[in-house]
Amino acid sequence: MTFTLSSSDLLDLSVGAAVLGTGGGGDPHIGRLMARRAIGSGHVRVLGLDDVDDDWFVVPCAQMGAPSIGAEKLPNGAEPVQALRTLETYVGRTADAVVAVECGGINSMIPLVVAAQTGLPVVDADGMGRAFPELQMKTFAAYGVSGSPMAMAGEFGETSIIDTGGDNARMEWLARGVTMRMGGVAHISEFSMDGRDLKRTAIPGTLTLGLTIGRAVRRARTEHRPVSEALAEVVAESGYAGVRSLFNGKIVDVERTVDAGFTKGRARFRAFESAAELVVDFQNEFLTARLDGELVCVVPDLICVLDSETGEAITTDRLRYGQRVQVLGIGTPPVMRTEAALAAFGPAAFGLDTPFVPVEQLA
Amino acid sequence: MRIGIDVGGTNTDVVLVDGQRVVDSLKVPTQPDVTTGIVSVLKQLHERNGYRTDAVDAIMIGTTHFINALIERRRLAPSAAIRLGLPATAALPPMVEWPESLVEAIRGTPYLCHGGNEYDGRVITRVDRDELRRVVDDIVAKELRCVAVTSVFSPVTAEAEAEAAAIIAEHAPHLLISQSHEIGRIGLLERENATIINAALSELAIDIVRGLRTAISGLGYSAALYLSQNDGTLMDIEYARRFPVSTFASGPTNSMRGAALLSGLSDCAVVDVGGTTSDIGILQGGFPRESNVDVTVAGVRTNFRMPDVLSVGIGGGSIVGTDPSGGPDVGPQSVGHEITERALVFGGEVLTATDVAVAKGWSDLGDPERVSHLSQEYVDQILDRIVERIAEGVDRMRVSARALPLVAVGGGSILLPAELPGLGEVVHLEHHAVANAVGAALGMISGEVDRVFSVPAGQRESLLDEAKQEAVDRAVRAGAVPATVEVVDVDEVPLAYLPGNATRIRVRAVGELNLKHAAPVAEEGVRA
Repeated sequence: MTFTLSSSDLLDLSVGAAVLGTGGGGDPHIGRLMARRAIGSGHVRVLGLDDVDDDWFVVPCAQMGAPSIGAEKLPNGAEPVQALRTLETYVGRTADAVVAVECGGINSMIPLVVAAQTGLPVVDADGMGRAFPELQMKTFAAYGVSGSPMAMAGEFGETSIIDTGGDNARMEWLARGVTMRMGGVAHISEFSMDGRDLKRTAIPGTLTLGLTIGRAVRRARTEHRPVSEALAEVVAESGYAGVRSLFNGKIVDVERTVDAGFTKGRARFRAFESAAELVVDFQNEFLTARLDGELVCVVPDLICVLDSETGEAITTDRLRYGQRVQVLGIGTPPVMRTEAALAAFGPAAFGLDTPFVPVEQLA
Repeated sequence: MRIGIDVGGTNTDVVLVDGQRVVDSLKVPTQPDVTTGIVSVLKQLHERNGYRTDAVDAIMIGTTHFINALIERRRLAPSAAIRLGLPATAALPPMVEWPESLVEAIRGTPYLCHGGNEYDGRVITRVDRDELRRVVDDIVAKELRCVAVTSVFSPVTAEAEAEAAAIIAEHAPHLLISQSHEIGRIGLLERENATIINAALSELAIDIVRGLRTAISGLGYSAALYLSQNDGTLMDIEYARRFPVSTFASGPTNSMRGAALLSGLSDCAVVDVGGTTSDIGILQGGFPRESNVDVTVAGVRTNFRMPDVLSVGIGGGSIVGTDPSGGPDVGPQSVGHEITERALVFGGEVLTATDVAVAKGWSDLGDPERVSHLSQEYVDQILDRIVERIAEGVDRMRVSARALPLVAVGGGSILLPAELPGLGEVVHLEHHAVANAVGAALGMISGEVDRVFSVPAGQRESLLDEAKQEAVDRAVRAGAVPATVEVVDVDEVPLAYLPGNATRIRVRAVGELNLKHAAPVAEEGVRA
């Protein structure tokens, strides 16, 4: 399904992208402002995954680096398109469409900036179905698409190509080094592929899902109805496996440590009317939720902590004692639950010894 | 003796303090012209107490002048926003998300220039003297009078801002310059926004400071003049001229500080029950806990330091109504400052929270006969709602499950019982209605160090000691009694993404105001 997206949709999309960020993904605020300026009074054309021609050349776009640096050293604005153009030149093909690498957090917005500045359509899909902390944690990689060649651009107009052949981990490692030299943030194009591969490996409908989640949160708030109910309705219309209400309560404890560039920690929630306790572990994003010791949701299924009053997602760095929250689990679509996908971003990829069990079976 | 004045949205409160003892207090409605209001309340205080004006050593004022000017878009100066960061940051120029009316009100003009630093202190580009001169020529041609200078990562290193400010001052000495590293923290747009607001208020600040000083010496006082800051300490008025945004949240801060001083508690929750809302905050070591999220002021996201305050829509003037299920409910609608005309006990026609407290016998305000028709059961239901909402607010604000004493201040604190469910005793105070003015009167003097240090192995302790000593020295230089200065806050944040064990160290030292030192006002303002 094709539709157009305008500046007035961006606020809803940023609220939805924060929910899909499952505690991480970076604040979509800066990305939203960039997209708003790029789109202006115009619009961006959004194509359904089915509308993509098999022979098209599709390029995923993203920002890479530390979100806290990105909030201080803003981009020049030309980098996202420059990364795309650099990749096109290297490969010798011209992009027919762009697509998101990550639909959760700030990276939901970057392809819209590129689309608005180039006039290219953006495909309603992505390679993570949520937010993940590492670049290789994506369905594109899990299903054999090569990340290389990767193009990077910095604010001085400098560009870099990293081509490691089929070795995605080495590509990521080298790209981290370049990113730090570029000042902690870079814009990238990688995992370029034809339409056939995109249809085989991408998670469909995730831009629409972000938008409809944002709209549902806004409407639920004005209509004073439970956000979980409104979210369940929109998620049911997507390819995701549905919404489970995991918990209602308040945060009673948060522990956090910074380890090897990741924020790791644990939050405890206590129910209002009973002694029930939910414990959620996180590493940038939420990884596991345990209700009185029993696992109720585990990565890659989404654990979303929402403010009880506003329905907006609370990120792991903003969790605080006393917050009234509801915790939801969102079941991922089948493409994120295969053996290959779970090897890339399932519990084992985070060093957890819990096997993956779908949230619909746990809660 | 000292005089503390807190100018609130509804009332202006004043106290006369001798040592730590409150001699007298007054509450009068705030007047549209704040300075006139301050003069009138000082006259009343003098008439009631007949003290010698030269026995007053210092006058401390917490004021809403500046925040109101911003919200009402009055007397804002035409301002330029210079950002140093090119080629970075051009994607989102200054004031990108401001309300159009506010940009117009300050004739906000953005300039993107070279300069700025990376996260690790490396230079992005050098400050370009010729480029800045051309910008200053344009600023002068456009008749802008104030300048906000913001460079990328200036909280890590302020060199670029200082260099640019020197060039601007050399080229056009009449321009009033605000530098972002003195105002906000990491987060470019939010810090820049706060700096532009400060710049646009800096002419007004000069006027107000001059006006207050003239008015007070016109009444025969030779006292030193201080303004209350967001963090609960004082700044001399020369400093206030340069940092008007430092007064933005002094109201709630003064209430909390007053609660600490009157109760003798340094770690507690404070609820300030006003006419329309209850403001809940947390005192740690006698000072308000700071908010760690961005604060939106007049439609603009900023990140300057503000006390972490939760406002609950319950106050003395809250109107009693019904909830969707038909049960009794209170607020957030309020009769506000019209309570003395519209509440039942004052002869009005509206049932307010205050009426209910009178019916319960917790207060003897007005005419209790006028609420005698309310059933005890109904009254209890409403008071339960009030207590429930405030207790939830207090619980939200606590950082741990550990019990914290709760101090109630403000005119509406009659709504609260002696104990809250799940939270324990509520400390009610004498002079509770003017706690904010007490907080202003007994304000302290602070010195602060906030820098990114590279911490070599084994030298953490000596670096910390160095930073502490520097903070103490700054407090003393700003006018604190040396023997009373204590380090109240040490915050170490390892910057995980930086090499060389970079750590942001923030140390704050606070001491009592040296009244002898206070008399001569320094040429250049200091808070350090």
